[in-house]
Amino acid sequence: MSSPAILVENVTVHYGEVLALDSASLTVDAARICGLIGMNGSGKSTLFKVIMGMIKPDAGRVLIGGQSPTRARKEGGIGYVPQSEDVDWQFPLSVRDVVMMGRYGHQGFTRRPSKADRAAVDLALDRVELGEYAERQIGQLSGGQKKRAFVARGIAQGATMMLLDEPFAGVDKRSEATITRLLRELASDGCTILISTHDLHALPNLCDEAVLLMRRVLMHGAPELVLQPENLAMAFGLDVLNRDLPVPPHPAVTAAVVHPAAAGASAIIESRG
Amino acid sequence: MEIFDILLEPLSYDFMVRAIVTTALAAVVCAVLSCWLVLIGWSLMGDAVSHAVLPGVVLAYIVGAPFALGALVFALIAVTLIGVIRNTSRVKEDAAIGIVFTSLFALGLVLISVTPSQTDLNHIIFGNLLGVSIPDLIQVLVLGVVAFVILILKRRDLTLYAFDPTHAHAIGLSPKRLGALLMGLLALTSVVALQTVGVVLVVAMLIIPGATAYLLTDRFNRMLVIAPVISAVCSIAGIYFSYYLDTASGAMVVLTQGVVFAAVYLFSPRQGLIGTRLAKARRRKAAALLVA
Repeated sequence: MSSPAILVENVTVHYGEVLALDSASLTVDAARICGLIGMNGSGKSTLFKVIMGMIKPDAGRVLIGGQSPTRARKEGGIGYVPQSEDVDWQFPLSVRDVVMMGRYGHQGFTRRPSKADRAAVDLALDRVELGEYAERQIGQLSGGQKKRAFVARGIAQGATMMLLDEPFAGVDKRSEATITRLLRELASDGCTILISTHDLHALPNLCDEAVLLMRRVLMHGAPELVLQPENLAMAFGLDVLNRDLPVPPHPAVTAAVVHPAAAGASAIIESRG
Repeated sequence: MEIFDILLEPLSYDFMVRAIVTTALAAVVCAVLSCWLVLIGWSLMGDAVSHAVLPGVVLAYIVGAPFALGALVFALIAVTLIGVIRNTSRVKEDAAIGIVFTSLFALGLVLISVTPSQTDLNHIIFGNLLGVSIPDLIQVLVLGVVAFVILILKRRDLTLYAFDPTHAHAIGLSPKRLGALLMGLLALTSVVALQTVGVVLVVAMLIIPGATAYLLTDRFNRMLVIAPVISAVCSIAGIYFSYYLDTASGAMVVLTQGVVFAAVYLFSPRQGLIGTRLAKARRRKAAALLVA
C-alpha cells in the first residue's frame, strides 16, 4: 500500500493564546487536486505552513508522501506558489531568473546553472506558455502570467506536490481557465495539488475534492457536495455566532443563519444552475 | 597635460595612495552588500548594526583582539536584542532598532572616553582616511576580500532569500541561516568601512550605491556590477575633491555618492523624475516627425 501524498493527523497549532488549528486531520491521495476553503483566520495559511514544515505543530503529525516534511523538502518535492501580495513585484529579476530558482535545490554550493538546469527552465517556461516573456521583469506580467511564472518554478523544480495560495486573486477569467487547464495537466502527470482559495465558483471545474476548514476539517469530499449552501454556512456563517463548532449543524439552524458570505456563496452556486 | 597633473599630484603622497586603495576597496564591498540591503528593506538594520559595532571595536582595541571579532560579537548582540524586544514586548521593530543601536553606540562612546589613547579611537567615529596605516590597510584588505568572496559565491542564495524566503524554505534551504549569513557579512563589512568614513557615515555606503543601481536597472546581476562601479568612482572622486577643496575626506566621499544618487533619481531614463519625462517627450517628437 502506498502512502498518501499528504497526511495531516490531529494537528494542533497555537499562536500564543490563539488556537489556529484544532486537531485538524486531512488525507490527500497522489495526483489529486484539493481545494481548501474557509474564512480568513480559519487556519488555511497555518495548515500550509505546517505542511511545508515552517511551523512545528503543538500536537499531531504531518507526512508528505510517507516522509517527514523536512525530508520531502530536501528532496525538492514541495513547490510553492505564493499569494500575489506576498511578492515584491518590483524586485529586479526576470521571469527566467525566478523559474531558475526552482532548480537551486538541484545545484551545487554556488547554484551555478548547468545545461540540464537551463533546459529544465526552458521546458517549464514553454509548458506554462511564457517562453516569449522569459526576459521580462516579473512585475511586467499580467496577473495570470505572474501565477504561471511561479507554477513554472515548481515544474522546473520537479515538485511532486504543489501548494498554491489564492491563485485566482487578481486573475481575469481567461487566465483562470488557462491556469485551471495547466493544473489539471500537472495532476494528470502525477502532481498532487493543494489550493487555498476564496474563489468558490472556480472549485468544481478545478478540484477533484474540497476541504472546508474552520480550525479543524469540517468537511472533505467532492466539491459539489462541500459547496452545498448549508455546508458553506457551517464554515463561513455559524462561527460568527457560535465559537465552539458543532460537527454537522442541524438543518433548521443552518436555514436560520443569514450571513452575507453564506448568502453570497449560495447565490454563486445557484447561478451555476 | 593639466588634468593628468590634477590626477597624479595627490598620488605622490603615500598616505593618499593608501587612502584611495582603502576607500575603493571598502566602497566596492559595501556597494555589493547594499544591493541586498535595499531590496530586503534592511537599510535601518544596516544603520543599526554599523553603529552597534562601536563598543565591540573599542573593546577589541583595549584587549588587543582583531576589530572584526569585537564587531561581529556586538552585531550579534544588537540583532538579538532587537529581536527580543520586538518579540516579547509591544514595542515595534523600528523603535526596538532605535533603542538598541543608540544605546550600544553610546556605550561605545563612553568606552572611548575612558580609554587612554583617545585620538586613535575617535577616528573610528568619523573615519581617518588620510591616516590609514599599512596594518590598517592589510586588515581592510583581508576582511574586505573575505566578505566580497562570500557575497559573490552565495549571491544566488542571498537573492533567493531576499526575494522569496518561503520558497527557500520549501526547497530545503534555511532562510534563518541565510539571514544570519547576511547579518554576519553586514557586521564584517561595517568594520571594513569604519576605517574609511567612520561609524556615523558607514550606513551611507551600505545604502546609497544599491539604491542608485536599483534606479538604473531591472536586473539584479546588473545591480551587482553598477553599484560597486558607481561607488568606487564616487569614493575616489570624493577623495580628490577633499584633497583639492581641503574638506573632510570621509564626508566628501559620502557627499559625492549622495550627489550621484540625486542625479540618477532625477535623470534615470527608467525611473528618474525628469528622465522619464524627457524620454516620453522624445518619443512624442519622434512620433510627430513620423506623421509629418
